Amino acid sequence: MTATPRPSESGLPIEPVYGPDALDGWDPDEKLGEPGSYPFTRGVYPSMYTGRPWTMRQYAGFGTAVESNARYKQLIANGTMGLSVAFDLPTQMGHDSDAPIAHGEVGKVGVAIDSIDDMRVLFDGIPLDQVSTSMTINAPGALLLLLYQLVGEEQGVPAEKLTGTIQNDVLKEYIARGTYIFPPKPSLRLIADIFKYCKAEIPKWNTISISGYHMAEAGASPAQEIAFTLADGIEYVRTAVAAGMDVDDFAPRLSFFFVARTTILEEVAKFRAARRIWARVMREEFGAENPKSLMLRFHTQTAGVQLTAQQPEVNLVRVAVQGLAAVLGGTQSLHTNSFDEAIALPTDKSARLALRTQQVLAYETDVTATVDPFAGSYVVEKMTDDVEAAALELMAKVEEMGGAVDAIERGFQKGEIERSAYRIAQETDSGERVVVGVNRYTIDVEEPYEPLRVDPAIEAQQAARLAELRADRDQAAVDAALAALKKAAEGADNVLHPMRDALKARATVGEVCNALREVWGTYVPTDAF
Amino acid sequence: MAKPGLDGHDRGAKVIARALRDAGIEVIYTGLHQSPEQIVEATLQEDAAGIGLSVLSGAHLTLFAKVIELLEQRDAADITVFGGGIIPEADIAPLERMGVARVFTPGTATHDVVDWVRAYVGGGVPA
Repeated sequence: MTATPRPSESGLPIEPVYGPDALDGWDPDEKLGEPGSYPFTRGVYPSMYTGRPWTMRQYAGFGTAVESNARYKQLIANGTMGLSVAFDLPTQMGHDSDAPIAHGEVGKVGVAIDSIDDMRVLFDGIPLDQVSTSMTINAPGALLLLLYQLVGEEQGVPAEKLTGTIQNDVLKEYIARGTYIFPPKPSLRLIADIFKYCKAEIPKWNTISISGYHMAEAGASPAQEIAFTLADGIEYVRTAVAAGMDVDDFAPRLSFFFVARTTILEEVAKFRAARRIWARVMREEFGAENPKSLMLRFHTQTAGVQLTAQQPEVNLVRVAVQGLAAVLGGTQSLHTNSFDEAIALPTDKSARLALRTQQVLAYETDVTATVDPFAGSYVVEKMTDDVEAAALELMAKVEEMGGAVDAIERGFQKGEIERSAYRIAQETDSGERVVVGVNRYTIDVEEPYEPLRVDPAIEAQQAARLAELRADRDQAAVDAALAALKKAAEGADNVLHPMRDALKARATVGEVCNALREVWGTYVPTDAF
Repeated sequence: MAKPGLDGHDRGAKVIARALRDAGIEVIYTGLHQSPEQIVEATLQEDAAGIGLSVLSGAHLTLFAKVIELLEQRDAADITVFGGGIIPEADIAPLERMGVARVFTPGTATHDVVDWVRAYVGGGVPA
């Protein structure tokens, strides 16, 4: 009897045995190249982790700027120089803490930032020329970047010394994460303005982190994840080129963000395929010449959606396996989730265990001793080719629709991802897909677990700070700055310059976003299920 | 099926909406970023028998309470409110006390939600 292949997460066949015939006609020079050179299948750097491991970058932030500032100082005292800021939902959606829609959300999933007053507190005593700061902020990405620059200025740090990343990937918000504000066209224009501004003023800043992570969390398969992410990347590159920029002027500052699942083999194949596709697209479609423009550098976070509320300690094991997949796939930085993520925000102890997991991978295993350890493996090379082919097919469909934005407006990516999510739910319900502790190896009584709580008084505190700010500032200066911002938004001038003036005059995040909403409108999705 | 507040995670809400629809139950999905007022208004306009609220941002205590309060104000307390999301065990009893008929947590099978909705939404009495 011939054993049947098992479907991978992308629905591709995994054969019970692979041999040399799997790589018939496979040319290592064409498919792999050397590590650190085109097409970068084996990694973006020649030495990868043999010199130093990836950057361990743990996403954190909650409550008020004061509390988050204390957490960052603690991280820095422990040797971290890479901060990763989580903002609360009102900040991410461009609402002030005292807006009615913000009720109940202030400080919950991240820190509340309403104005430069909060930003100054967030980074108080943290020298911005000595840390690199990653900010998970998208639709209001320009505002938070400018607030960071303004606080740096107050500290006497010149903008050209600032390093870090804003996520700034609005297209995936329409597809998966849902924290969008403006419609796609003005959003893309704002992103092009950011690219130009950073090129001139903050040259070391990573201007965008093009993300598949959230699509994967919403249900995307590995092939869908990289296909839709790279298609978004292509849309951003086209936007910047159309705005008059030279591809090699901004492409080296593009970075990516993917998930790592427990399915190690396909994940490694996915990361390798993504690097190969991007290098080809940048060279062949956009004529990029700088090798840095061809490199797909990426951050990875372990898959939160694979974690379970049942027997949560089992998640420690899942995260270790997921983290291993990211490392074997050649990630540049990694966030490992805490085991209690499916229950609530991580506690100090669970956050520390998550970091320890990375340290075990980096310092106790031998996977860092050699570059791209899976290269030449029959199965991984075959799966790399298969995932690449599946992703290219999906990317071709997006192109046929006119590119990522047109496909988004037709609900294509979201529909594909939701179908995939529903299939996973059905497989889990039927037991066909095993989830340890959920549909197999369950226990009758779960142990009680006390999660971290955010103080609900934060909302009132933020509202009081806002009232004070509005009473205290030069309102005429704020009004004039917001009017100038609207004028730029109506025309073609870079909006970041008047936006910076408004924020410096202590306009709030909500006021700046509202001024832009008046000109650009808001995005209303066509949401079916 | 409704997404109150600013939380953009709609995978759970959409999967449940599809499962209920596939089971022959009529489902209306509000879309993201709805205020409690908008949700209650839509529920009354559509003459829905129940509201399923999905919250993963930690704002569930505030948002569920507001929806229930508004239903009472509109003399519509007979509409069954249930929900799910990232909701700590310790919050389930307070939610039930405020009138939430059932809270589903991560790992719940879709057919369990379907069975419960069939039994208790629109006339049934929660166990």
